Amino acid sequence: MKRFLWPLAIFLLLVGFLAAGLKLDPREVPSPLIGKPAPAFELPMLQQSDKLFSPADMRGKVWLLNVWASWCESCRDEHPLLVDLSKKGVLPILGLNYKDKGEDAQRWLAQFGNPYQLSVVDADGRIGVDYGVYGVPETYLIDAEGVIRYKQIGAITPAILEQKILPLAAALKK
Amino acid sequence: MKNFIFIAVLFFSLPGMADEAQRIRQLEEKLRCLVCQNQTLADSGAELAGDLRKQVREQVAAGKSDDEIIEFLVQRYGDFVRYEPPFKATTALLWIGPFVLLLAAGATLIVVLRRRRNAPEELALTPDDKRVVERVLGPQDRA
Repeated sequence: MKRFLWPLAIFLLLVGFLAAGLKLDPREVPSPLIGKPAPAFELPMLQQSDKLFSPADMRGKVWLLNVWASWCESCRDEHPLLVDLSKKGVLPILGLNYKDKGEDAQRWLAQFGNPYQLSVVDADGRIGVDYGVYGVPETYLIDAEGVIRYKQIGAITPAILEQKILPLAAALKK
Repeated sequence: MKNFIFIAVLFFSLPGMADEAQRIRQLEEKLRCLVCQNQTLADSGAELAGDLRKQVREQVAAGKSDDEIIEFLVQRYGDFVRYEPPFKATTALLWIGPFVLLLAAGATLIVVLRRRRNAPEELALTPDDKRVVERVLGPQDRA
């Protein structure tokens, strides 16, 4: 009897590992940037291209940096959520318009609404690389000291917003 | 004369350019494309891979060492960007695991073989057994 229990135990262990593995999402690569200062940049604004914005301008505020593009399908999914959030005025949301054409981006905002306090233009994706962007949309929660506290890869869902981002933002504001 | 100089410069710089191209290629093969995760930067056709290849090329041209370039990407994308994960506490199981399994399998094999060798040979029949056999099968020929 005992000799049959061993293979069974090993089999169950393997099943356990594989079952746990199924629940992991390989697309979600943990960002090494969490807990680190948000990389500095100076980029022109989408709507006023003669003005520059730098994350340092947001010192003292807890804010969201949302990486978006008009060509990005899942940006459309999360967009109503961002518009809604901006109406409530809980957090300033800033956009990083990633590898997009200015006119497409403007049209997109006109069509779907503009939740952003402002958007900056990262036309060649260079700043995206500094932020470790690989799957637009991505969203960073940045604290008053300019440290990245949370990164969402892919579209924000209502559950993620309610359970992760908003509670964390509220805690950071204190 | 001008042509000669041009050809001479080309002649001497070509091997250098080839070396650099090869170095870039080797670097790109060590790095993972984050979009199509089972492809290297060298093989991937994703746009991000193109951007990262550009970064690699620029940094090679700027005289950065391979380690510096890999470190640049690891700081942004994490260890996952390296096709060959570094050896550290979180990856120890990954690196040592197969050898532990191999050792365990080897040890099991040796134990099983030893046991088999030390097991007694076939047991001889006791007189009682013989009587039972002869009763059932009839008198046995002792060859």
